[in-house]
Amino acid sequence: MRHLLSIADLSKPEAISILDTAVELARVSDGAVKKLPTLRGRTIVNLFAEDSTRTRISFEAAAKRLSADVINFSAKGSSLSKGESLKDTALTLQAMGADAVIIRHSSSGAPQRLADSSWMQGSVINAGDGTHEHPSQALLDAFTIRKHLGKGSSDLQGIKVAIVGDVLHSRVARSNVLLLNLLGAKVTLVAPPTLLPVGVESWPVAVSYNFDEVVASVDVVMMLRVQQERMSDLFFPNAREYSRYFGLNSERLALMKPSSIVMHPGPMNRGLEISADVADSARSVIVEQVANGVSVRMAILYVLLAGQPLEVGGN
Amino acid sequence: MSSALSAPEISRALIRISHEILEANPDSSKITLLGIPTRGAHLAYRIGGHMCEFAGHEIPVGTLDITLHRDDLRLRPPRAIMPTSIPNEGIEGREVVLIDDVLFSGRTIRAALDALGEIGRPRRVQLAVLVDRGHRELPLRADFVGKNIPTAITQSVKLHLTEIDSIDEVLVED
Repeated sequence: MRHLLSIADLSKPEAISILDTAVELARVSDGAVKKLPTLRGRTIVNLFAEDSTRTRISFEAAAKRLSADVINFSAKGSSLSKGESLKDTALTLQAMGADAVIIRHSSSGAPQRLADSSWMQGSVINAGDGTHEHPSQALLDAFTIRKHLGKGSSDLQGIKVAIVGDVLHSRVARSNVLLLNLLGAKVTLVAPPTLLPVGVESWPVAVSYNFDEVVASVDVVMMLRVQQERMSDLFFPNAREYSRYFGLNSERLALMKPSSIVMHPGPMNRGLEISADVADSARSVIVEQVANGVSVRMAILYVLLAGQPLEVGGN
Repeated sequence: MSSALSAPEISRALIRISHEILEANPDSSKITLLGIPTRGAHLAYRIGGHMCEFAGHEIPVGTLDITLHRDDLRLRPPRAIMPTSIPNEGIEGREVVLIDDVLFSGRTIRAALDALGEIGRPRRVQLAVLVDRGHRELPLRADFVGKNIPTAITQSVKLHLTEIDSIDEVLVED
């Protein structure tokens, strides 16, 4: 593996090996000395052409715990805001000797373009591209689910997951559907018809428009953020109605199985897709997802960068 | 390919090493054994079992993975990280005995010393190996050796253990 662009590029053993590596690397985050020499001398660039808190900080913490040098590069305050092209930015990074670029971009496929081009030699890690994919988020979600509900198994066989909300604009949902399906979990998408993408019937999932019918039978409820910044049209009549039909509140939480967990990739719209008391409840693993994110991203960097780079047929 | 150590010879060597570790560490309650995965870890549990029998009390045994500290990571494809488990007593102020199967260049042990430093500060670190095959690339030596087997640099030494390979033997391959 040379790049991490899409979950679709991963085989099941590859995905499981990243999760297993993350389990071992999580120890480092618990230890007294939170640093390993593994990637000493490697340069990793965080190229964030779109805003992010969790993902950027998480990748930065992961890279630093493995002793890599991190250069942060965000759209605001760089030449990207002056209209510099992705190509020129990539050439600049290559000239600076970046071993890996972690890229977030508002255009779907930008990481793929970077990986396929000869603009730069390093590894490309997709940290979210448009409405396409967010593979590291899916891996950390799978890691969190396996930790809570895996019962020692290496995959997620038979675990039922509901992904609820704005699937249409969600790269998190797309990566999660692919990965959860790869690992044997059963996924149900719950959303109003307007927030489901065209062609969803070809996805390996069940679809429901009724949250109440699904909530009691699943092991994991994964809430998605309502992405107001990507919404140019009216997808639902108003926020109160959305919240009533598709929000996770304490009444719905009471219907869930006692062992089930609540997840959210963040940032949350408290009071819209998830109520504040649910977000802060004991069943919510939302803060833990962030902590696991660092371990999983360390595993991704380890797998992509620690070994000898493959000369041909990368990825 | 020739057999350098048979199953009974391996068993005798491990019993002898167990006695030697106890001899060199009069206060056996301070000893912690740490095996280097994969086969060093199995050897550590075997030696720990013997020492428990001879000393009359449990000896803490753990495993210490050194993959993340290797200096040859970039020369090979990525390696899987093996589990590290440190006994509850920790390693702070203890007599730590590292256990590995074959001592060759010494680079594994250097990595193990680095890995150890990240966990704590033992009072002393000793090294036990089943086979010392020579060709050191670093100024290191073992405190307890099962058998010295002189080899050519081109040969390879393989340890098989019943826990993984269904037989106990040490092979020297050309």
